[in-house]
Amino acid sequence: MSENELNSPGYDIPPELQGQVAITTLDRLYNWGRRSSVWPLMFGLACCAIEMIVSQASRYDLSRFGMEVMRPSPRQSDLLLISGTVTKKMVPLLVRLYNQMPEPKYVVAMGACASGGGPFKEGYNVVSGIDRYLPVDVYIPGCPPTPQALINGLIRLQEKIDKQSIKQVPWYRKEPIEAIPIPILGPDLIDPRKIPQIKNRKAQEG
Amino acid sequence: MTTAAPHDVPHTVQAGTPDLAARFPGLVAPDERSGYSGWIVTADHLVQVATALRDEFGYDLLSSVTGVDYLPEGKMEVVYHAFKTTGGPGICFKVQTGRDDPQVPSLVSVYPGAELQEREAWDLLGIKFTGHPDLRRILMWEGFNGHPLRKDWQEPYYEDEAKPFKSRSPEGHVYRFEDRNPFGDNVRYPEDFDPEKWTPENPEDLLYKSLKTYQAESPDGIETDHIVVNMGPQHPSTHGVFRFVVALDGEKIVNLKPVMGYLHRNHEKIGERNTYLMNMPYTDRLDYLSPMSNNFAYALTVEKLMGITPPERAEYIRVIMAELTRIANHCMCIGSLLNDLGAFFTPMIYLLEERDLILDVFEATAGSRMMVNYFRFGGVARDIPEDALEKIKGLAFERLPRILDEMDRLMSENEILRARGIGQGVLTAEDAIRYSATGPLLRGSGVPYDIRRADPYSIYDRFEFDIPVGKNGDIYDRYIIRLEEMRQSVRIIQQALKQMPEGPVMVGKPQYQFRPPVGESYGRVEGPKGELGFYIVSNGKPTPWRYHVRAPSFINLTAFGPMCVGQKVADTVAILGSIDIVLGEVDR
Amino acid sequence: MSEELNGKGILKGLGVTLKRFLATYWDDIKWLGRRYRTAEGISHRSSKDARGIFTIQYPEEKLPPPEEFRFVPFLVYEEKEDGSREIRCTSCGICSKVCPPQCIWIVRTVDPATGRPRPEPAEFYIDIDICMNCGFCAEFCPFDAIKMDHDYELAVYDRRQNVYGLEKLLKPVSYYAQIRPLNNAREEEARRIKASTRPPAFVTGEKE
Repeated sequence: MSENELNSPGYDIPPELQGQVAITTLDRLYNWGRRSSVWPLMFGLACCAIEMIVSQASRYDLSRFGMEVMRPSPRQSDLLLISGTVTKKMVPLLVRLYNQMPEPKYVVAMGACASGGGPFKEGYNVVSGIDRYLPVDVYIPGCPPTPQALINGLIRLQEKIDKQSIKQVPWYRKEPIEAIPIPILGPDLIDPRKIPQIKNRKAQEG
Repeated sequence: MTTAAPHDVPHTVQAGTPDLAARFPGLVAPDERSGYSGWIVTADHLVQVATALRDEFGYDLLSSVTGVDYLPEGKMEVVYHAFKTTGGPGICFKVQTGRDDPQVPSLVSVYPGAELQEREAWDLLGIKFTGHPDLRRILMWEGFNGHPLRKDWQEPYYEDEAKPFKSRSPEGHVYRFEDRNPFGDNVRYPEDFDPEKWTPENPEDLLYKSLKTYQAESPDGIETDHIVVNMGPQHPSTHGVFRFVVALDGEKIVNLKPVMGYLHRNHEKIGERNTYLMNMPYTDRLDYLSPMSNNFAYALTVEKLMGITPPERAEYIRVIMAELTRIANHCMCIGSLLNDLGAFFTPMIYLLEERDLILDVFEATAGSRMMVNYFRFGGVARDIPEDALEKIKGLAFERLPRILDEMDRLMSENEILRARGIGQGVLTAEDAIRYSATGPLLRGSGVPYDIRRADPYSIYDRFEFDIPVGKNGDIYDRYIIRLEEMRQSVRIIQQALKQMPEGPVMVGKPQYQFRPPVGESYGRVEGPKGELGFYIVSNGKPTPWRYHVRAPSFINLTAFGPMCVGQKVADTVAILGSIDIVLGEVDR
Repeated sequence: MSEELNGKGILKGLGVTLKRFLATYWDDIKWLGRRYRTAEGISHRSSKDARGIFTIQYPEEKLPPPEEFRFVPFLVYEEKEDGSREIRCTSCGICSKVCPPQCIWIVRTVDPATGRPRPEPAEFYIDIDICMNCGFCAEFCPFDAIKMDHDYELAVYDRRQNVYGLEKLLKPVSYYAQIRPLNNAREEEARRIKASTRPPAFVTGEKE
């Protein structure tokens, strides 16, 4: 957090104390801590994963943003970077990984494939965007996004984290956060939320 | 056989290939369709002919197995390409069968390298290979509805038989595919499908059943249960979304089965709808660590079909780019192999710096770091800009030789690398050939087979370079070979830079519509990971009838299981790292 | 293993690491103050002589994209003196035909008076979520109307914004000349030659 930000919290500081005390809001302190230690899940899907690895390496160096700690376990990570084409065969595992991550958690769809299917959208085994299953926070276009474009997207994510407030975030509420139902591999991919719709297809079409 | 093809591509019995019809009268007939070559074998005698090919004629390396669905003729065809590891042109033989219940004898007993490829043909085309030891689906899951590469199978987002789609212009009102599907998603269910009455058969059952097929040893007469461990698809050492299942006796592996398809992006189905040129950028996404090689192989295949040759300067640019790609790929491979062996990130980060400098050249020349889309039929998209050429010269003459020596000092004598590499994951030369391994995996086992030398394409016969081979066929040999190959690539680039003439980089004007003559074409290059081949069948239309990729990473994985048996479970990641796979290519 | 594990190899490797570590400081001192956030420093750090710290500190400093760099496509318009703009695109549809994933949608303008098509697009959409940045549209456009952009900072919170319409795609020719000066100069030259060698249609009465 810059000095300027620290000294202008939106509260009046008595003149005799100015320059001696720092006042901030809990939200800001909390978000500053969170945005500077986003740990991504070590998980690459396709071509974009290579650009993700490259942005972790020395040329772009994500540790400048506190994001260098890539955890191989979903239990220890805050950020799910969907870096590549999501296939139907992969989607049940992805949803399970997401469910296993502790709150607060964020999802970034990196590249055209993760956002909306990309050039492979018409294929029979490709999901048209991971946002059909998981809530996505930031979409980064490009095929693949260059490392700089990825970092730009991650800065957008940090900006989003900055805007959250402890009072409103869902993970401090009493209501439990429902897990996302895991899709099933049948004759085609079955989303459990759509089972009634599949059953009533005849009625709908007619 | 006479040449019926309208172009001067050798489509007859080539010099140096045997006359199979004379050897097997009545059982083998020459393929006399216009533009085709090779032999058509009767299904019943396939195993006999293949055995003779391997033992009598020396075609020991079965390179590619694939199926073609000839819907109008009501036939299925399985196409085999076999080569000699001593070099020279290959031989192509085919088996035909009906479409309704296609059955072909399996060649796994003769060429074990056919195992995964036959499974793929079963999965995508529904061709049953009788006698196959483990015929399961490989890219899709068990229970999936239909065999997608069949010509009469349509995907949920099906719009038209061929691109360009008519709905795009001049009345192209924008829409998203999912808005037109009744479920708002990329799915389609069989007519009588009722999700509530449907009982899911566990797609994993067959996998675990096939894992249990090993001979359990019990020297002391005590029966022990084996532990089954799943690795991947989300695992930091599987280089993407690869998964394998191991059965363990203590820490020793008794059986290993690769599971793939988690990145199956329907490359071939989409490729059969695309025009020839449209497939070029898609090939970048096959092996996304070496896109220039993919472009190269595809351009060669289509050029062979059309009978055009690129101008001199373009040939040199192609070679320079392909070799730069090889260096970039090996940087990534060695980096991640060392990572898997516990050398966390230092070699990786050092080597990625070099890779980034090479990618800068690609970006300045082709426009993109990874998805280069640089080759065109009859040349390359544009000349190398002045500053990029300077960069290549700086890299080839100064930086890369220096850095490679430095990397050699950093890693080659490291005791941990040697302890974990020497004698581990051994693949003998005979096994490597049997399992159709190519590339550094085959050469690491001591077989000096490099297509650039064995069956030279483009202008590789003009350069001096060595083919490094290993002695023991272990992890360390594969590592050292890659390091040496990078040096040889630098040598080739240096020679190419010195010899490169001025001139055009493209034959004629750039065009986007191609109609190659009717026929088939198999083109291959020595990619960084092995033999990358494309098999294309043209029916004279602007889109290929069949578009098949012979992916080296995929076929090299056939040897993965046998290599791991008897090893400790911790070595699997190192063995996998030394094969060097890229999932974009394994699953396509 | 028969060979001796005396650790010499590891020490040799550590020597390389140490050398690299020291090079960081050496270069920082040698380039005092000029190594970071200067164009000279960035180009040195991505040259063949690069050593030491290799990092490009995005977003404070950015790698200059090379001229041929391509991200998503955009449409070029000419700025007229009276402030109006003339779109180069004639809605011929070649870009949508060569587009490998078929992500370009074009609606041609129809003259309301005559009912005949006019050579300009009424609507032009590119679905950025499908686009594969291959550059075919720019390569085969006969009117130099669609070009590949250098702007890669396009991350959004809502992907419904990712279907780009005309307003988002249109950029002035001055922008194009700025990001691709050599290409633009070459195309201008080609147009000039074409215009000077072929007499205007209305003089000869020919129709194309």
